[in-house]
Amino acid sequence: MYNKGTIIPGLIIFIAFVTFPVWFNGLTTAGDLPKPELPPGGEKECVMPADYMRANHMQLLNEWRDNVLRDGNREILEIGGKKYPKGLQMACMQCHSVKEKFCDSCHTYAAVTPYCWDCHLTPKDAKSKEATH
Amino acid sequence: MKYAFSFLAVLALVLIAWLGSQIPGMQYLFGVAIPYLAIMIFLGGFVYRVVQWAKSPVPFSIPTTCGQGKSLDFIKQDKLDCPTKTSEVVARMFLEIFAFRSLFRNTKSELHEGPKITHESSRWLWIAALLFHYSFLVIAIRHMRLFLNPVPEWLQFLDFLDSGAMLQIGSPLLYASSLGLLGGVAFLFGRRLVNRNVRYISLANDYFPLFLIFAIAVTGMLMRYILRTDIDIISIKELLVGLVTLSPVINVKIGSIFYIHVFLVSALLVYFPFSKLMHAGGVFMSPTRNMANDSREKRHINPWNDPTIKPHSYAGYEDDFREFMVEAGLPVEKELPPKKDEE
Repeated sequence: MYNKGTIIPGLIIFIAFVTFPVWFNGLTTAGDLPKPELPPGGEKECVMPADYMRANHMQLLNEWRDNVLRDGNREILEIGGKKYPKGLQMACMQCHSVKEKFCDSCHTYAAVTPYCWDCHLTPKDAKSKEATH
Repeated sequence: MKYAFSFLAVLALVLIAWLGSQIPGMQYLFGVAIPYLAIMIFLGGFVYRVVQWAKSPVPFSIPTTCGQGKSLDFIKQDKLDCPTKTSEVVARMFLEIFAFRSLFRNTKSELHEGPKITHESSRWLWIAALLFHYSFLVIAIRHMRLFLNPVPEWLQFLDFLDSGAMLQIGSPLLYASSLGLLGGVAFLFGRRLVNRNVRYISLANDYFPLFLIFAIAVTGMLMRYILRTDIDIISIKELLVGLVTLSPVINVKIGSIFYIHVFLVSALLVYFPFSKLMHAGGVFMSPTRNMANDSREKRHINPWNDPTIKPHSYAGYEDDFREFMVEAGLPVEKELPPKKDEE
């Protein structure tokens, strides 16, 4: 083999680069799985089944945002005898009241930063705002 | 029909993964066993190919010289295109690898009436290649968010830039790199169909990786935006982090589109070391780029040379055959010594 001095370090760098996630995670430590807190009020029903919500909630929220803000359609949904106005604070956060314990747990794990909070206030923020005014 | 064959091959891969992943118990094959096997073949094959290349001797000093070579002091040397020093070679290689300079010089030749041939600069290939490769790189890097726990800041920032470049379209956010990859692949494929010179020399193994990468991009985007049934990113990440921490688990049902995507990526990894895709490693190993044009300063010794065969100069040659040369009337540099008996 010729030019061992450059080719072997080159290959080692290549392998280190490809296997980056293995040694970054420290070989066998998978870290903690997120545990989103269920509604503190004990509600069991959501607007859709849990499986659907887990996979599609972002699309549902986006649709609601478009309905309400772009089309002016503020129709109130009635599901299982319960009324849900279309809105993050008006519907979702009524039951899932603590953003830090519910939304953030999975979003941090999956490194997702939804821009909901560019406009919306979490219930906690809303309280502190009220206090200052 | 060469592209039809490649297309059908990719379609077959999709079908295998789609049908296979629905058989109970086969999730471990498609989600764990095949990806592990694929990454091992990829790494092993890549190292094997590079070592094979490294074992091949370079008999001649063959750097391509694309500019003025080093000459007299008042003649300006083109240091990038005709490097003589290692530092200049490194600069040339760096630009070749990161900016595809040799594609930048791509020209298009056309035959006109007359007959007259024209050459003109053609940079579309260069632009599409940059778009394609850099999009692919960004996509590969941002997939790391599914393998790393916790996700480092810089990775989140890359994700933010990639989706931010598209001004928050849709939910989940559309990535600029997804469109870049699709656009790049579409151009590289279209070029092989439209440009008849290139179509003539295109083979099934040129089309196959294009279809495969296109299918990987499309399945990835379908999974992210449309076929979201049973695509719970948390359980997917749990599986992927499990893969890189050597303790994979599949606890819940994951949609078939995920297994199709993973199977196609595994196919790409397996195919990579044994195909033209090895240009990724080959660009570092190509002697026309990584040698310095210094053959007038340093003698390039052919490694094939038998060390027992000594150099034979002209003077030595003449010494061996002078008598016969003189006899045959050939000019010699040194005459025969005067004969003694004639004195």
